[in-house]
Amino acid sequence: MSVSAPDIPAKPKRGFRLDLKTVGPLLALALLVLLGISLNENFLSYNNLTNVLARSSFIGIIAIGATFVITAGGLDLSVGSMAAVIAGVMIMVMNWLIPTMGIGWGVVIAGMATGILLGGVAGVFNGTMITRGRIEAFIVTLGTMGIFRSLVTFLADGGTLSLNFQVADVYRPVYYAGLLGVPWPIIVFALVAIGGEVVMRYTAFGRYCAAIGSNEQVARYSSINVDNVRLMTYILQGVLVGVAVLLYVPRLGSASSTTGVLWELEAIAGVIIGGTTLKGGYGRIWGTVVGVVILGLIGNILNLQSLISPYLNGAFQGVIIILAVLLQRGRKNA
Amino acid sequence: MSSAEGTTAPAVLSANRISKSFGEIPVLFSIDFDIKPGEVHAIIGENGAGKSTLIKILSGIEQPTSGSITYDGETVTLPPDGKAEAMGIVLIHQELNLAEHLTASESIFLGRELKRFGFLDLGAMRSKAAELMDTLHVRVDPDDRIGTLSVADKQMVEIAKAISRDARVLIMDEPTAVLSVSETQTLFEQIRRLTARGVAVIFISHKLDEIMELADRVTVLRDGQLIATVGTESLTPDSIAQMMVGRELSNLYPPKHEPDVDAPVVLGVRNLTAKGVKDISFDLKRGEILGFAGLIGSGRTAVAEAIVGLSHRTGGDITLDGKPVNFTQVAQSVDAGLAYMTKDRKGKGLLLNMGLRPNLTLLTLNKHIKAGFLDSSSEERALERAVRRFDIRARDASVAVGRLSGGNQQKLMLGKTMESEPDIIIMDEPTRGIDVGTKQQIYHIIAALAAEGKSIILISSEMQEVIGLSHRVVVMREGRLTGVLEGAEITEAEIMRYAAGIKSGNDERISA
Ligand SMILES: Nc1ncnc2c1ncn2[C@@H]1O[C@H](COP(=O)(O)OP(=O)(O)OP(=O)(O)O)[C@@H](O)[C@H]1O
Ligand SMILES: [Mg+2]
Repeated sequence: MSVSAPDIPAKPKRGFRLDLKTVGPLLALALLVLLGISLNENFLSYNNLTNVLARSSFIGIIAIGATFVITAGGLDLSVGSMAAVIAGVMIMVMNWLIPTMGIGWGVVIAGMATGILLGGVAGVFNGTMITRGRIEAFIVTLGTMGIFRSLVTFLADGGTLSLNFQVADVYRPVYYAGLLGVPWPIIVFALVAIGGEVVMRYTAFGRYCAAIGSNEQVARYSSINVDNVRLMTYILQGVLVGVAVLLYVPRLGSASSTTGVLWELEAIAGVIIGGTTLKGGYGRIWGTVVGVVILGLIGNILNLQSLISPYLNGAFQGVIIILAVLLQRGRKNA
Repeated sequence: MSSAEGTTAPAVLSANRISKSFGEIPVLFSIDFDIKPGEVHAIIGENGAGKSTLIKILSGIEQPTSGSITYDGETVTLPPDGKAEAMGIVLIHQELNLAEHLTASESIFLGRELKRFGFLDLGAMRSKAAELMDTLHVRVDPDDRIGTLSVADKQMVEIAKAISRDARVLIMDEPTAVLSVSETQTLFEQIRRLTARGVAVIFISHKLDEIMELADRVTVLRDGQLIATVGTESLTPDSIAQMMVGRELSNLYPPKHEPDVDAPVVLGVRNLTAKGVKDISFDLKRGEILGFAGLIGSGRTAVAEAIVGLSHRTGGDITLDGKPVNFTQVAQSVDAGLAYMTKDRKGKGLLLNMGLRPNLTLLTLNKHIKAGFLDSSSEERALERAVRRFDIRARDASVAVGRLSGGNQQKLMLGKTMESEPDIIIMDEPTRGIDVGTKQQIYHIIAALAAEGKSIILISSEMQEVIGLSHRVVVMREGRLTGVLEGAEITEAEIMRYAAGIKSGNDERISA
């Protein structure tokens, strides 16, 4: 009855396996937490947890944008380099504004606005090339990945762009302080996640993303403006990269050619571990959040114990990604 | 038509007390079925009766929940994933199963490529494929990519593929649903050639005349139950239909109510030229059912797609209620009250991995938005309405649409189109894959819509349907309009004359 039928032999256990696919990421997360607790009593401490989550929030915010892009059948490989170039330009703009605006929140806010605006512009560029230029997303964003990376290297003249110390002092609380003891990055991550979940599930835009990723032709015949929706996903991705960067800049107060390296892969990995299908058509934001936290915890747990070298972090993450996709395989068309 | 030994020989493949459930949901109840060498055994039944499920079990793709399969006198467990092909049981799916990016010849030899010195023998594969296509009278080049073929040609490639596999049991799930009359005849010729060689053929179709013509025996399923297995000679189309739906089927076509003579023209098309069509002019009046007849590939779909803005119009004018319009996006035509229902439900109509609700409302999601957010209870109500109105039978509403029976997919698509409450509806093969009982329902729905003052363009390759429903019939041939028939002229012979190009041209009749 459907093309998928032949490759999904109906096993009696199908219902159970489907459930496993939904709770799979949660299960993995729970196992990791248990493992963490058993390895180190500090694991559950407030400091450790906020530290892990705050570090994960940059990737997390970007990954939420990536969930929309991927659900709509696209891909954005440029987010890591985009983050670097946005960080670089933000720092330059703030430094440049000091003589006119003086030290203070004014400069910081101008910097933040620049970051978000720049992200949006980068998204418009990616999205326009993909939708109007009819070039594969993989190719376009591979291209912009290189362009952005070399731009930041050029702007930093091969070295590091540093934010003026006094401005950095003003800006620091955005990463280090918080509300009721919860650091700002975690709060923003949570807000973006909730917003993303609502948009994905309860708005026409979210539905359209899934429809386009599932079958672009059907979407077109159903009067959806496919190009515009696609374009919007890339703009959203860009803006969210901007948001992530404006939380990231106060952490180190600098940007260089190594800023944001491999972020795109971590973001995509988080999305996939969370259960969104890489070829599009189905996405879930809460899954992405869980996926990103899983990746963060692996690194953290490796640091908290002494048996296995933390240098194997990447290997563990890789194994988890492959496992996640293996688990998902049955859902391919279901 | 089978040889005498066909009926006396022992069964080559049989199902014994087969039951099947998907999860909790029972779909087949203790079915007995067998097929003998050289025989054509048809399976019929309403949409969702379990026909496709039964043959999937017979070809190993699904495993029965209970019961057994006997092949060549031995009880066997058929291997899944189509591996039963190696044992001589070949299934052609209801929904085509070809990889779009392969060429026709690659597709035919997929998995059994001809080799020479360890390398692919492309030349030999190409010429054998060409030979096969020739015997099937298909105009497909072995190097054509599957994705570029029409649905009918794809179907023929599937059949060529099955024939090339030396099948002993060939199972076909609604192979003729996408074929024109002449293509169907070609297929039947091939089937007869195969049965003469002793191949057993299982065949599902909703077209009862075909079954009368081709089958030796008929098995009727209803709601997963075996109703009867009978020899074709003791049947009439009426008695089959009655067994299928469990009630008498009279008046397949509702009486025609001609639209008022002075009914206004709602859609005017003048000299429309677009990809695949040239210089098309016609008028559609309010309350009219305008049939579009012609061979498959004669450009009827292309006309519809150019009107609603799915394809680019290179020339001509379109007016809606007398005002010129130029749709470049489907959304514009839907907003203007003009909806097009595609014939390609799998590729263009439905999101197979999603449930019924998102599919139903995809075209009209704006109607279900409250304060910027989707109102799922309003969507749910729409689904309830559509399920009732179009008799959509899904045993579980959360099931992915790809798992619905073919006919129920079609009904869902009809529901989806009607959600936009269009004034003008272009229906492209609206009853493809639909059982007679439901067909009757749909015909009555179409007639009722017209009586309400909606206007309908009915594109159909089922001549009887066009004749039985249309007030006027436009006939197309090779991208051009060759005639417009009215009243008593609407006969099969007359339509064929225009469709085949024996007769053409009565331009003065274009506007009603
Ligand atoms: N994989 C599956 N999971 C759940 N339900 C299924 C699955 N496959 C089929 N069904 C259900 O089984 C029933 C029988 O479906 P089937 O496809 O066999 O009908 P059919 O007789 O071929 O109908 P049609 O004439 O419309 O093609 C339907 O209600 C369908 O929804
Ligand atoms: Mg079927």
